[in-house]
Amino acid sequence: MRKLFRTLVMSASVSVLALTAVFSSAYAADDKKADAAKAEAKPAEAKKEMTGKDLAFDRGLGNCLACHMIAGGELPGNIGPPLIGMAARFPDKEKLKAQIYDARVANPNTIMIPFGPMGILNDEQLDKVVEFISGL
Amino acid sequence: MKKVLTAAVAMSLSFAAINAVHADPAEDLTAFQDHFKTAFKDIPFEDFKDGAYALDANLKAQWEEMESSFPPYEPDIDAGKTIWETPFKNGKTYADCMGDIKSIRTKYPYYDAEKDTIVTAEGALNACKTEGDGEGFVDKEGKPLLNKGKIAQLMAYIAMENRGEKINVATPEGKAVDWYEKGKNFYYAKRGQLNMSCADCHTNNAGKMIRADLLSPAVGHVTHWPTYRSADGEITTLHNRFMGCNTMVRAANFKAQSDEYKALEYFLTYMSNGLEWNGPGSRK
Ligand code: HEC
Ligand code: HEC
Repeated sequence: MRKLFRTLVMSASVSVLALTAVFSSAYAADDKKADAAKAEAKPAEAKKEMTGKDLAFDRGLGNCLACHMIAGGELPGNIGPPLIGMAARFPDKEKLKAQIYDARVANPNTIMIPFGPMGILNDEQLDKVVEFISGL
Repeated sequence: MKKVLTAAVAMSLSFAAINAVHADPAEDLTAFQDHFKTAFKDIPFEDFKDGAYALDANLKAQWEEMESSFPPYEPDIDAGKTIWETPFKNGKTYADCMGDIKSIRTKYPYYDAEKDTIVTAEGALNACKTEGDGEGFVDKEGKPLLNKGKIAQLMAYIAMENRGEKINVATPEGKAVDWYEKGKNFYYAKRGQLNMSCADCHTNNAGKMIRADLLSPAVGHVTHWPTYRSADGEITTLHNRFMGCNTMVRAANFKAQSDEYKALEYFLTYMSNGLEWNGPGSRK
């Protein structure tokens, strides 16, 4: 009886979650299963071929969608401003790169991850992300 | 190589925006709660016990529906009751060292001056079991298991018996202030490879969406433990959530009932003074 009860509970909550299942946590690390799935789906080799968009959307790398609305990305967060009209807002790509490399320079208390200094995105990856973002 | 780098980054903490030179816990408490009262003007203070659900009527309705028809922690409460009532190897029971079950939730966490430490409910239960059984809460390999499993089930029963009491941690004084400070610093320190503090998410951005998750306000963080999370499929303690959030920002983790997390619990519980204890809880 208890087992049945628990099964019912599980399926009830799973169906409530179904809509958001893929994005049930902000960071992959909060969801061990997602982490494991990711590790299988993306061996180190494949990472080399990632586009700027792939890098920006990947939960383990840019994960920009955690905080920014970006065209083409689903269920974005709203902690940071929507990334639209970027060429107009950042005509100088070096400035855009600087912002993504280390947001603390512009705002020492920012929640935005210092992608460069923390070693999350390397220089080549940063350039690809900058290209993608400035085209938005 | 990458692992080493990550670990090194995880170890380095930068303390930003902490002006803790002359801590006045009572003043902090007012400022802390006022921040949320101002940021969420339409939300009655007592509702903060419901975490992120207090901020979103739709989510709250779904959650209340689940809590009232299939409270997912119910089997754990029953298991916890059995644990509470089963005598230890030495013949004594939890009641012998913990006292009246109805008095437990409001008593912890508190500062024990003699031992110069913070005593949490889980810590006291583990000490009680260790005395009676010759062994605390452990997993199959005999390692301490203090963030889930039997201790969480026992806490689920105790929390249920204590629902409706108000959080009322005594204002830290004397050497207790050092523990309070330790917890406060933990809360405001940037940490991990992602360089985020608890406050970044749960004070400065509470109510915002991080990806598809609505960030809960820190006031109310301690009210409803242990909690059955659908994502985990089991009931876990408050320190388990601390561990989860630390992992999320890729920070060095601490053990359940470590001094770090006891201090954090002490700080956060004091910051929630006046709210209702409403554990056990359920969250997505
Ligand atoms: C954890 C939250 C978070 C993440 C993740 C994040 N950002 Fe940000 N971002 C912010 C916030 C908040 C701001 C607003 C400025 C500030 O507070 O630093 C911002 C500002 C920006 C700006 C400046 C916008 C403007 O118009 O001034 C750019 C560009 C940007 N982010 C790009 C990115 C990119 C690209 C990524 C991923 C590689 C990313 N961000 C990841 C939170 C985040
Ligand atoms: C990257 C953002 C982020 C950081 C940093 C973070 N958390 Fe969280 N936390 C979350 C998310 C997302 C959730 C799940 C949604 C919610 O309830 O807020 C959560 C949930 C929680 C909960 C459970 C709330 C409830 O109602 O059950 C507690 C308690 C908590 N966090 C405490 C902390 C503490 C303490 C720290 C610092 C050690 C911290 N968090 C750091 C994102 C964060």
